Amino acid sequence: MPSEIPRMKREMSRYSVFAVAREAFRDHQGWTRAWGSPEPKRKYDVIIIGAGGHGLATAYYLGKNHGIRNVAVLEKGWLGGGNTGRNTTIIRSNYLQDPSAAIYEKARSLYEDLSQDLNYNVMFSPRGVMMLAQTEHEIRGYKRTAHANALQGVATEFISPARVKQLCPIMEIRGPRYPVLGALWQPRGGTARHDAVAWGYARKCSEMGMDIIQKCEVTGVRSQGGKVVGVTTSRGDIDCDKLGVVVAGHSGHVADMAGFRLPIESVALQALVSEPIKPCMDVVVMANTVHGYMSQSDKGEMVIGGGTDGYNNYTQRGSFHHIEETVRALVETFPMISRLKMLRQWGGIVDVTGDRSPILSKTPLENCFINCGWGTGGFKAIPGSGWGMAELMATGYSPLTEAFGLDRFSEGRFIDESVAAGVAH
Amino acid sequence: MLILKCPYCGVACDETELHAGGEAHLTRHGPGSSDADFEEYLFMRENPRGVHFERWRHVYGCGKWFHAARDTATLEVFGTYSAQVAEPPKDVRAAITAKVPGWRWRDLS
Repeated sequence: MPSEIPRMKREMSRYSVFAVAREAFRDHQGWTRAWGSPEPKRKYDVIIIGAGGHGLATAYYLGKNHGIRNVAVLEKGWLGGGNTGRNTTIIRSNYLQDPSAAIYEKARSLYEDLSQDLNYNVMFSPRGVMMLAQTEHEIRGYKRTAHANALQGVATEFISPARVKQLCPIMEIRGPRYPVLGALWQPRGGTARHDAVAWGYARKCSEMGMDIIQKCEVTGVRSQGGKVVGVTTSRGDIDCDKLGVVVAGHSGHVADMAGFRLPIESVALQALVSEPIKPCMDVVVMANTVHGYMSQSDKGEMVIGGGTDGYNNYTQRGSFHHIEETVRALVETFPMISRLKMLRQWGGIVDVTGDRSPILSKTPLENCFINCGWGTGGFKAIPGSGWGMAELMATGYSPLTEAFGLDRFSEGRFIDESVAAGVAH
Repeated sequence: MLILKCPYCGVACDETELHAGGEAHLTRHGPGSSDADFEEYLFMRENPRGVHFERWRHVYGCGKWFHAARDTATLEVFGTYSAQVAEPPKDVRAAITAKVPGWRWRDLS
């Protein structure tokens, strides 16, 4: 092992076709690290706990939109190793309630040019998302959502079974148990490369001078007179003026350290991918009645998402019988996948709230903010969530996050998305 | 796969035979209670990573509700007990202490 990596420059180079050409002529020796690996400083203006998509996006927009760059992002494990690397990469914004449509549509619209903004290819592919209506009730529900979306300025439409078959020919729309009766279609929804979203944000944060500190577990939150003053970590005490808790499934655990409670329960949500096959499906299909959703990755794998476990757990694995239920349902709608072998299965710990909507809020501890409760659908919201959370942390108010406060539970001001969320979120 | 023993019919049943009923031993605040109490009852949850007490129902069996003590991180089951109690019995708590010394759940330990 050489003692240092040869010709490793400290500053980061811009990615472009010219950079690829230049490096091709010098054996790719000139690429620099995408982000640094600094030692923690004694004090930061802002500390974000959790270097997943939401945490990194929060840090990025703090720097980009609000000029706050003395920021550390602390991560217990490795960057993007939680739910950011475990989701099914679906992006859509066809929600029913106005506050949800606002934040999810903000996120979707930011995804459109995120690759250019971050100078990192996040492979956003607006291939279209359809949510199948397989019962009369779903037809009514999705028509209502389409009308709500029209008022909110979110482009969706309710389409006929014939159009569904045209968009996705491998589907059996006359299904034995659940025929396809129509679908809610969002043509500008789609997928993106989940890891690249975290990596792109991390690279830009690092470029702005922020510290991303991996393998640094927060073990305590320190406060004085009801105000947060810093955190205790496995790498020593670090002080901060403001603290953002963005830790998804482990929110309850960190909230406990900070001395407040959350209306959240953590469960495992699982997904699986098949062996890669030739391109056969260029849209994302969700079937909420039969609990399953599927899309084809760029590698050709069919990416399949299923249901959450019925009981609290932190196993990042999921119950076996849920796989069976999901796959059984999908085989009915997509008969051609019945002979596919499944390659990998995994689980992530999702933090579910009572109304299936997230919490982006101030907390009882002053200067401590929390962003959690994204439940089964956080990936699609990453840019919007970071945008709103950064605004909330920097200025104390954000129109995007206003309705998602912790106080909505005591006031009964719910943002009920249990239908929009369903199983596939 | 999670396997719980129903304390009523004595059957060791896997999770497909059961229905999870959420956190156990909640105080059911009703009409006339304060907003904070009502929020506490309806929404606030322990959600621990470790020892947890829950309500379960043996739906595809005797149909009765019961309580279970288990670990949410390892899925280890410490014991199941009757639904007709307001807090976990001594033997279940002793079984937890034997395996997880220093455990804490609400004000129990």
